[in-house]
Amino acid sequence: MSITIENLNKQFGSYKALDNINLEVNSGELLALLGPSGCGKTSLLRIIGGLELADSGKLLFHGEDVEQRDARERNVGFVFQHYALFRHMSVFENVAFGLRVKPKKERHNEAEIKRRVHELLNLVQLDWLHDRYPAQLSGGQRQRIALARALAVEPKILLLDEPFGALDAQVRKELRRWLRRLHDELHITSIFVTHDQEEALEVADRVVVMNKGKIEQIGTPDEVYAAPATPFVYQFIGNVNLFHSRDHAPWTQQHGDAVAYVRPHDIEISQLAQDNTSLPVEVKLVRAIGSIVRVEVAVDGSSEFIEIELSRERFDTAPLTNGDKAFIRPRQFRVFETGVQNELSAA
Amino acid sequence: MSRFRAHSVLPSFNLALGFTLLYLSLIVLIPLSALFFKTATLGWGGFWDVITGDRVVASLRVTFLTSFIAALINAFFGLIVAWVLVRYTFPGKRIVDALVDLPFALPTAVAGITLAALYAPNGWMGQYFAAHDIKVAYTPTGIVVALTFIGLPFVVRTVQPVLADVEAEVEEAAASLGAGRWAVFSRVIFPAIYPALLTGFALAFARAIGEYGSVIFIAGNMPYISEIAPLLIVAKLEQYDYAGATAIAVVMLLLSFALLLALNALQWWTSRRGAR
Repeated sequence: MSITIENLNKQFGSYKALDNINLEVNSGELLALLGPSGCGKTSLLRIIGGLELADSGKLLFHGEDVEQRDARERNVGFVFQHYALFRHMSVFENVAFGLRVKPKKERHNEAEIKRRVHELLNLVQLDWLHDRYPAQLSGGQRQRIALARALAVEPKILLLDEPFGALDAQVRKELRRWLRRLHDELHITSIFVTHDQEEALEVADRVVVMNKGKIEQIGTPDEVYAAPATPFVYQFIGNVNLFHSRDHAPWTQQHGDAVAYVRPHDIEISQLAQDNTSLPVEVKLVRAIGSIVRVEVAVDGSSEFIEIELSRERFDTAPLTNGDKAFIRPRQFRVFETGVQNELSAA
Repeated sequence: MSRFRAHSVLPSFNLALGFTLLYLSLIVLIPLSALFFKTATLGWGGFWDVITGDRVVASLRVTFLTSFIAALINAFFGLIVAWVLVRYTFPGKRIVDALVDLPFALPTAVAGITLAALYAPNGWMGQYFAAHDIKVAYTPTGIVVALTFIGLPFVVRTVQPVLADVEAEVEEAAASLGAGRWAVFSRVIFPAIYPALLTGFALAFARAIGEYGSVIFIAGNMPYISEIAPLLIVAKLEQYDYAGATAIAVVMLLLSFALLLALNALQWWTSRRGAR
C-alpha cells in the first residue's frame, strides 16, 4: 500500500518537530528515515502509525485519507525500539494478541489462531521459544517476536522505530540482513527509522535524510552517498573534508564565498605537483586499517587536518611516512555557497 | 545447612538474619504472644463464651464487612487516582499527589470528627443525603466512609510505581494491534498491575480492620448495628476485663492473619502463572 504525505506539520510547544513534510512511499518498498536524534523522524513515523496527530497536512494510504482513523483502525504494524512486549504473556500469547482482540465476527477459531502463530514464529525462526516469557529472551529474540506480533494482524504497512537501536553491534548486523530478506519475502510497505547511516544504506530501497524537521534529500542509498543534495547530507553520510574558498581558491573557482566538499577517497595524493591546483601538504599520520590506508595531512601553515583514504595497493606503489611533503588534488568534489552552508551549520 | 551458607557477595548473612529475628521478636512476636498468654487465663470455655457473645459476633461482622467494602472502594477509585497521576500531566498534579498522603498524616480522630461533622444529617454534605432519606453518619455507611478515607493511600501508593513501570509504548503496541480501550486495559494493563492492586487492597483492608480513632466518631457505636470490634475491646478494658479484651483481639488477629495469608497465596499463585 502506498503512502502519501502532503505538507505535514507538527509542533511541540515552540519546537517544530516536522516542517512541511512531503513524501511519497511506494507500495512494497523498504524506506529508511535517516537523521540525527531530534530531527523529527520518529514523530513522522508515529504520525503515520496513528500514535500521534499532525497539526496540519494530509496523510493518505493508497489515496485514502486516514488522518481521522485511530491507530487500531489503520492496519499498521508497529515495532518499537524497546520491543514493548507484553511481559505477563508467553511468546505465543504475545504473537496471538492481535488475533485475539479482533471483533467477534472477524475472529478466527482457536485452531486457526494456533496455526497462524506457529507459522509466524517459524517465519522469525523462534518457534522453539513459544512457551517462554519475554524476560527469558535475548534482545535480538525479543525484537523478532515483536516483529512477528506486528505481522500477525497482516498489516498493509509496517513501521519500525529504531528496531535495532537497543541491540549490540553483532546482533544488529545480523538482524538487519535478516530484515532485508524478510522484506523481500513479504513485500509489505515498510518504513524504518534509524540514526545509523550504515544501517539505512545497507537495508533500504530508498533513504529519506532528515534534519531539524525537514527532508534534506530522498534517494537510493547510492544517490544519497554519491550525490548528496545538501552540505548536511554530505556531512551526515560518510566522511568529508571541507575546503573554504578563502584558503583554496582554485578549487572553488567561479563561486564567490564557497566551500568545497570532498570525500576522503576522492583525494589524490602524490609526491609531485600535477598542476597548479595541487595543494602542498605535510603528512602527519599514516594508519593502515585492513584493506585501506588512512592518511592525515595538514596544509602548510594550517592546523586543520585533511583525511585521505587510499587502497592499500595504491598506497604501496608510493609509500608515505610521517613528515613527508606531498601534494593533494581532489578527483571529485562539490561546491556549496557559504550562504547555504551557514544556514545549515547554524541549524 | 550448607545450602544457606553458599558464598554470596552480600555481606554478613548471619548478622543480618540474627538482627531481623531479634527485631521482629521484640516488636511483633513478644507483644502478640503476651496477648495469647493473657487470653489463655480464660480457659477454653471462658474464651468460647466471650467470642460467641452476640454483641462480639455482631461487632466482628461490622468490622470485617465495612473494612472489606471500604477496601474494595479504595481498590477501584485508588486505581483511577493512580492512573491519572501516572499517565497524565496537568497543572496542580504535585498537589494532588501530596493530597493522597494526607490520610496517613492526619490524626485519625481529627479525620473522624471532621467526617462526622460533614456527614451528620445537618452537616455540609449530610444534608443532601438526608434530603433523600439517606443517613450516612452514625450508621455502618459512615464507618465505610471513614475507612475509605484512611485506606486510600495504600492502594494509590502500591499501584502507582507499578503502573509507571508499564510503558506507554506497551499500550500503543496493543492499540496498533487493533485492541480497543477495554481490551488494552483488561488484557495488558490490568494483568501487569493486578498483584500490586491486590497488595494495596490487602493493606487497606488490614488497616481498616484495626482502625479505631476515626470510626468511633462517625459510627454512632450502636451495639449490634454500628459498633466495631476495636471499640468493644476498649469497652472491656475500661471494665478491667483484660482477658475478655484480649480474647476478642486474638480472634481479630487470627481472622486478619488468615485473610492476609489467603491474599498472599492468591498473589503468589497469579504471579507464578504470569510474569516471570
